[in-house]
Amino acid sequence: MKKENDQSNRRDFLKFGLTAGGALAVGAVLMDGILSMDDNPETGEKTILFDRKGHVFEVDPTHLLECKTPPVSNAEARKGIEGKKFVMVIDLAKCDGCKLCTEACTTMHFNEPDREWIKVFKMKDAKTTQPYWFPKPCFQCDNPLCTKVCPVNATFKREDGIVLIDSERCIGCRSCMAACPYSTRHFNWGHPKETPEMASLPYSPEQGFPRRVGTVEKCDFCPHMIRQGKMPACVMGCPMDAIYFGDQNEDAVTCHSGETLQLSQLLEDRAGYRYMEELGTEPRVYYLPPTNRKFPKPGDEGSTEGTGSTSSMSGMEM
Amino acid sequence: MNHTIGTIQEDSLRPLRSWGRGTLIWIAILLAAGTWGFYAYYYQLRHGLASTALRDYVSWGLYISTFVFLIGLSHSGTLVSGILRITKQDWRMPITRTAELMTFVSLLFGGIMPIIDLGRPDHIFNLILFGRVQSPLMWDVICIFTYFVGSTMFLYLPMIPDMALCRDRLKETSSSVRRWMYRKLALGWTGTKTQWRYLERSMTIMTIIIIPIAVSVHTVIGYIFAMTLRGGWNSTVFGPYFVAGALYSGSATVVLGMYVFRKIYHLEKYMTLKHFDLMGRIVLALTLIYAYFNLNEYWVPAYKMAIHERHLLTDLFSGEYAKVFWILQFGTVLLPIIIMSFPKGRRPNILAATAVVVVFGAWLKRYIIVVPTLLHPFVPIQDVPADWATYFPSWVEFSVVTGAIAGILLVLTLYSKLFPIMSVWEVEEGAEVEETKKLAAEMRSKRAATEAVQTNVY
Ligand code: SF4
Repeated sequence: MKKENDQSNRRDFLKFGLTAGGALAVGAVLMDGILSMDDNPETGEKTILFDRKGHVFEVDPTHLLECKTPPVSNAEARKGIEGKKFVMVIDLAKCDGCKLCTEACTTMHFNEPDREWIKVFKMKDAKTTQPYWFPKPCFQCDNPLCTKVCPVNATFKREDGIVLIDSERCIGCRSCMAACPYSTRHFNWGHPKETPEMASLPYSPEQGFPRRVGTVEKCDFCPHMIRQGKMPACVMGCPMDAIYFGDQNEDAVTCHSGETLQLSQLLEDRAGYRYMEELGTEPRVYYLPPTNRKFPKPGDEGSTEGTGSTSSMSGMEM
Repeated sequence: MNHTIGTIQEDSLRPLRSWGRGTLIWIAILLAAGTWGFYAYYYQLRHGLASTALRDYVSWGLYISTFVFLIGLSHSGTLVSGILRITKQDWRMPITRTAELMTFVSLLFGGIMPIIDLGRPDHIFNLILFGRVQSPLMWDVICIFTYFVGSTMFLYLPMIPDMALCRDRLKETSSSVRRWMYRKLALGWTGTKTQWRYLERSMTIMTIIIIPIAVSVHTVIGYIFAMTLRGGWNSTVFGPYFVAGALYSGSATVVLGMYVFRKIYHLEKYMTLKHFDLMGRIVLALTLIYAYFNLNEYWVPAYKMAIHERHLLTDLFSGEYAKVFWILQFGTVLLPIIIMSFPKGRRPNILAATAVVVVFGAWLKRYIIVVPTLLHPFVPIQDVPADWATYFPSWVEFSVVTGAIAGILLVLTLYSKLFPIMSVWEVEEGAEVEETKKLAAEMRSKRAATEAVQTNVY
């Protein structure tokens, strides 16, 4: 059920890209008088088009050139969505480690299995404290070290809080990977595996594909979905309603089932915090502590553990 | 030490007169290694960095450590030539050229390492189109480029009179291309008073300029790491620590260069035991400084064992990297200190062997600074393919680096067959100074003797 949902989301998105791109392109096509002149038999149907001055045209679809332009220009993609400040809240008390957020994300972004843009970690802070599941997307920090160290401004911070990568500009130095304290960034070490269809899609930093060999990539809060008024893939993929997404300016966050909460109130009631606040990176992702859990924690009988080969809880353990 | 000006010139020009069979074989070997390196790089360009052992966690490896190492070696020239020039140490004369040459080559090849490491070398012009001065990498680009231009001039300026010498003295033995090259490089030098004055003045200016640039270069290389939050890199001492490390390995390289050129080109008369002894003292002093920085870099966090540094430090002190770490600390820092503390340890053979240890240790140390930190990120490494949680360079990386080292040796060889490896006029100057000193000493002792006789009389 959920899977289907994601699939259709993706299809919708693709269609959106193509039709929007198509409409723009047609305008340009008519202005310049370039129509497809091949001798395909006309279908008899007519597509109605307008140009900027309001003239109406009727064109047979066979004469339309499919012109692929990215849904947003590079300048727009660098600026961000005006008036917004996106935030995410992840409720660790609700997360049961099913990794469906990862799956939804991977499907939407055509990710290889070796790069989970949102990854569910098994955490345990100390020997004596209880383990918990910890989904980690990119934190879209407000004081991001990755964008500071980039020598060419290929990764940048937008007005709406999102940190994006322009892989057409990236030189592949991996300074940003070294600078990110959360190991959030992935690198296209080899030639990305993509179908010719995907590879021919128009590139925009907002959707991150087609990928390019030798450049970085990471979770991007799905700006192409947000532009359509939709939620990021992981939010839609989480059946536990553990991931909330919203706009800090509106002080509201929403989860998969549509429950909308007041951000400030939620953070107050549930003692929301940010991961490793002491680093000063000021993440835009908040966590709610894993209190009163209703499902098995990592390592318990019946927990979802075992679906993947989870290595030992290294790192945080003492 | 009785070398007249004529023999100094002859001794310096002799290697330039003919190319022995050994030299040609040696050059062929280097060319083969270089070609192999080129092939490996071509392979890497075709298949992407996937052909290296680098992965998302260890995203910098052998290339970046070699980069830091080679740029470190380049501090040799500034040190010996610059600092000793400023402090008017006359004994430096026969070894300045070697030192400056080392700087030039190691910068040349060190500078290309990060380009080899790039995922998109074809996008490199974005550095000019969209360059951001706020990026530590950009500081590196700027500083290394400046240093390269500066040290090329630093190498070239004192070569001018020698080029004129080659032009005039190697007429019969060299081909027309070489004669043309010497003529061009000599810039019409005839040795007039004005020319000497200009040369001296520009040398003084370059000496003063090059020292701060050299310091800046290694500081900003340290900053590439220090400007992150990672345990082991997030350190305020990294700038000076890297400079100290650079001087430590750089001075040892000069010793190596001296040793090899002296052996091959029979320069024992010029690079004497005294030179090795004095250079040994310098290496010793710099190793002590470096050891002091090591103490600070590891002891301070080790005392506190803060959680994020603890994993890294445990790994270094008693874990996977412990063997290498302790060999580095004891074998390549402490042991050289002990050896060089004894006068016997500063004799050519032993000192050269010690220098090999120091240089190799400096290289491995860079690797130990770069790699283990990347294997200890804040967020634990979980659920990744097995080869992501370790790193050992692939054949491509080894081949490319081998090719680069072969390139360094090739440039050194060619240089020493085309240009005098000692600054002839400076050595002459040194000899003159020595003569005068000797004369003065003789006069003094004579006078003392006469005075003594006179005192006896009264
Ligand atoms: S890898 Fe690309 S995005 Fe990252 S710092 Fe280098 S150029 Fe910038």
